[in-house]
Amino acid sequence: MHQAQIAIFAALLSLEFTGLATAADPAASGLPPIEPYCHWEQTDLMIVEPLCGLKGDAKRGRAIATDGNRGNCVACHNMPFGDVEGYGTIGPSLAGIGGRYPEGYIRLRVVDTKSFNPASIMPGYYRDPGKIHRPAKIFKGRTFLTAQEVEDVIGFLMTMK
Amino acid sequence: MSIKALMISGLLSASLAQAVMAEQLSGYAFIKDDTRAMQDDDFANPGLIAVATGAELFKTASRSGGKTCADCHGEAGEKLVPQRIATYPVYDSDNKRIISLQSRITACRTRVADDTLPVNHPDLIALETFVRNRARDVPVNVNTEGTEIKALLKRGEELYNTRYGLIDMSCHICHTVYAGQYVRGQKISQGQTNGFPAYRLGPGEMANLNLRITQCMDLMRAEPFPSDSEEMKLLEYYLSARSNGLPIETPAVRY
Ligand code: HEC
Repeated sequence: MHQAQIAIFAALLSLEFTGLATAADPAASGLPPIEPYCHWEQTDLMIVEPLCGLKGDAKRGRAIATDGNRGNCVACHNMPFGDVEGYGTIGPSLAGIGGRYPEGYIRLRVVDTKSFNPASIMPGYYRDPGKIHRPAKIFKGRTFLTAQEVEDVIGFLMTMK
Repeated sequence: MSIKALMISGLLSASLAQAVMAEQLSGYAFIKDDTRAMQDDDFANPGLIAVATGAELFKTASRSGGKTCADCHGEAGEKLVPQRIATYPVYDSDNKRIISLQSRITACRTRVADDTLPVNHPDLIALETFVRNRARDVPVNVNTEGTEIKALLKRGEELYNTRYGLIDMSCHICHTVYAGQYVRGQKISQGQTNGFPAYRLGPGEMANLNLRITQCMDLMRAEPFPSDSEEMKLLEYYLSARSNGLPIETPAVRY
């Protein structure tokens, strides 16, 4: 990257770094009970049905998307909020995302991008826990986000038009 | 563009990023300017505290009346050969095992002490930091020759390319494909090892390579490889060899 660009980035981005969701965090030991996993189906690059038939809450979804210990979408994506510092530059901006894609596609993206793009860096937020390689003991049997949290995030993304 | 075409174009980004082959760069190139200044300033670099602690332990007998490291290697470790320090981890072909600098120090220390320090004990990290610091500016020079070593490197590379944990990332996807990109305001480095043991600003403590790999795996919500496991040693060997040619910076300052 060009020196001037680095300087601009450095000025724009704060020292604050939550990184990806942290695991060694002591709060992790107080995790809620494991929920049964709801299977989902994809057709034509979409998961049309909401996970477990749940309804998302956009307000909660926004908080999850920026929370360093939960969705932490902002670790990799720019989002059009004024109050988040240090967005990541790994993924494309999610501004206007709800206007660009059908909900079913966004759900598949969040649930399991690697099901159709195995080379992707984006974590699958709701993958079959049985297929996760070497999960930490405290996360065994869990999905990255709960079905409700995924639906909340999707509810929020659909408000960004 | 149709929705379908847009959806498909979104899939391409990862493969595009992968196509860019990067030159080998120390983690120094990815840290912020003020972190770099901190590393370069012998009064501000917090890693030098570990060097000083290590220097003290080096001269102190752990058994009363026993020998010290300094008895053999010189008061300031001046009899240690920096070029040899730069070759760690080494492969012991007689016993078919990888010996990290830490395990070399432990083996030595066991001969003159009553106790054995557990892997990654702060005193061991301090000693490791002190010893590695003797080779500051010497290029990393891990042996990559011979069929046995080539086989080890291949196994290490496989581990580097494997995805782990709930977050399901490999070392490769972050440190090769997306190195230089920002994750929440910090640049992802290439995962080079020449600065380690290093002082980490995030946790506010020293980390050697072994600990750093564990911390990365924790971040991926993965079960880390035990610190004395075969997998850990293979990863350490592969990662160190991948840094061949980069000057040793120990103690570096890293995020
Ligand atoms: C580790 C980085 C990372 C994290 C964390 C991440 N993403 Fe992504 N995301 C990507 C990348 C990279 C892409 C581009 C496509 C690809 O490579 O798969 C992407 C693509 C997307 C897309 C498609 C965008 C488009 O225009 O095609 C959506 C939607 C999305 N991400 C949503 C999310 C949400 C919501 C979260 C949080 C719950 C999240 N991402 C967390 C890296 C990430």
